Amino acid sequence: MISFQQVCKRYPGGYEALKSISFNLEKGEMAFLTGHSGAGKSTLLKLIAAIERPTSGIVLVNNQNVGVLKSAAIPYLRRHLGIIFQDHKLLFDRTVFDNVLLPLQICGFDSRESGKRVRAALDKVGLLKQEKINPIALSGGEQQRLCIARAIVNRPSILLADEPTGNLDAEYAQEIMKIFDSFHQVGVTLLISTHDTSVLHDPKIRVIALKHGEIQPPQYDLPPASSGQA
Amino acid sequence: MMRTLTQPLIILWTALRRIFASPLAGLLNILVIGIALSLPAGMYVLLQNAQGLVAQLSGPQQISLFLALDASQEDIAQLRTQLSRHPAIASVKFVSRNDALEELKQSSGLDDVIAGLESNPLPDAFVIVPKPGSAKSLDELRTALQNMPKVEQAQHDSAWAYKLDALLSFARVAVFILSGLLSLALIAITFNTIRLQILTQRDEIQVAKLIGASNGFIRRPFLFFGALQGLLGGITALLIISTSLLLLQPPLATLSRLYASNFSLQPLSLGDVLSLLLFSVYLGLLGAWLSVSRHLSHVESH
Repeated sequence: MISFQQVCKRYPGGYEALKSISFNLEKGEMAFLTGHSGAGKSTLLKLIAAIERPTSGIVLVNNQNVGVLKSAAIPYLRRHLGIIFQDHKLLFDRTVFDNVLLPLQICGFDSRESGKRVRAALDKVGLLKQEKINPIALSGGEQQRLCIARAIVNRPSILLADEPTGNLDAEYAQEIMKIFDSFHQVGVTLLISTHDTSVLHDPKIRVIALKHGEIQPPQYDLPPASSGQA
Repeated sequence: MMRTLTQPLIILWTALRRIFASPLAGLLNILVIGIALSLPAGMYVLLQNAQGLVAQLSGPQQISLFLALDASQEDIAQLRTQLSRHPAIASVKFVSRNDALEELKQSSGLDDVIAGLESNPLPDAFVIVPKPGSAKSLDELRTALQNMPKVEQAQHDSAWAYKLDALLSFARVAVFILSGLLSLALIAITFNTIRLQILTQRDEIQVAKLIGASNGFIRRPFLFFGALQGLLGGITALLIISTSLLLLQPPLATLSRLYASNFSLQPLSLGDVLSLLLFSVYLGLLGAWLSVSRHLSHVESH
C-alpha cells in the first residue's frame, strides 16, 4: 500500500531530513512512526501526501509513484488519504459540522449524502452533540477528534496521523488510540507518528523508529520498554 | 448528476458568504465600480441623444444657390442643365425671385413692408439636394457651385450641423479614452479586493489544498466573486444613469419648449444595457482572474 525505496529528502539549505529510507506498509497494516522531534517523522508523512517531494528514491502509494506526480493529479491522491495534522488545521470561521463537510464539498458530494456522512463521522469520534458550535470552543482533545472526523469522513483507505496525541493527557490519548484501533479493525491502513512512547502498549503493533533521518533496526518484536529508548 | 448540480451552488454560496463577510466594504466596492462605469456610460447616453438632436434639427442636406440679379432666362436655363447633369447632385429645384417674394410674404407676415418695396430685392435661386456624402465632398461641391457663372452665392444650409457633428466625434473619442481608463480602474479594484480575500482566506485555501481540493475548486469562488461584483457594479451604474436622466428630464422639457421642440432624453436601449452588464461582468472576471493567478500560487506554496 505504501512503499519507500531508498528515499532521501534534503531541504533547501542542505538539511537532510531523511537518509535512504526503505520500508513497506501492507494494506490494512497499522504502524507507529517514532522518534524525537526532528527525526524526520513529519517529513516522511508529507512525502506520502505529496506535500513534499523526495530528493531521490521512490515513494509508492497504491502503486503510484507519488514523487513524480503531476501537480494536477495531487488532489486526487489526497482524496484517498485521511490526514490528521499536527496543528489540526481546523477552520474557525465555520461550525464543527462544516469543518467535517469540507472534504465532501471538495469531492462534490450532494448535500443529503454528505450530511449523513458528516454525522456518522462526528458520531464515531463522539462530537455529534457539538456539531453546531465553533471548533474554537472545543477542548484540545475534542479538536483532535474533530480533526480525525474530518480525515475519515471521506472513508479513505489510508490514514496518516502526525502526532495525534501530541499535547493531550494520557486519558485523551488512550481514547484517540482506541478510535484508531477501530479503524484498524475495519481494514484501514494507518501510519501514526508519535514521540510519546507510552501509547505503544501493544507489542503486536509495528513500530518504525526514526533517528536523525534513518530507520533504526526493527524493534517491534522487542518489549515496548526498549523501543521507548529508540 | 447531483454532483454537477451542487457544485455551482457551493461556489455561489462561498462567493456570497465572502461578499457579506464585510458588507460595508463590499457595498463601497460595488458603489465605486458603479460610479466608475456610470461616468463613461452616462456620457455615452448624452452623446447618443445629442446625435439624435443634430439629425432631427439639420434635416436633409441642401445647398441654396443664389444667382446674380442680372442673370437672364438663358443663363438660368443653361445653369439648370448644367446642375441636373452634375454627378454629385440628387435633385434641383428652381425658385424664381417672384415665388421667393411670395413665400416671404406668407411666412413672415411682413406684407406691408414688402408692398412698400420699389422692386423685388430677392434673387432667383436653385435649391440643390446633393447626393449623400462626406462633409468634405459637400464642401467641395459648394465651392464648385460658387464658381459657376452668374452665381452670386452658394450657401450650405446646415453647415453648423456638420460642425456640431465634428464636435461630437471629438467627444466620442474622449468618452472612449475615459472608458478605457475607468475599465482599468475597475480591473484594479477587483484585483485588490480578491488579493485581500485570498490573504484572509489563506487558512481555508491551505487546508482545502491539503485535503485534496483541485486548483479549480479554490479558484472558482474567487472568479465568481469578481464576476458578481462586476455585475452588481454594472447594475449600480444603470441605476445612477436612470436616476440622472429622470432628474434631467424636467429642466430639459422646459428648455425644449422654449425652443419649440419636442426633444426628450432617450434612455439606454436594451442592447446597451446588456452590453454594459456583460462588459462589467467581464472586467470583474478579468480582474479576479489576474489576481487569482498572481496571488494563489503564493499562498499555496506556504
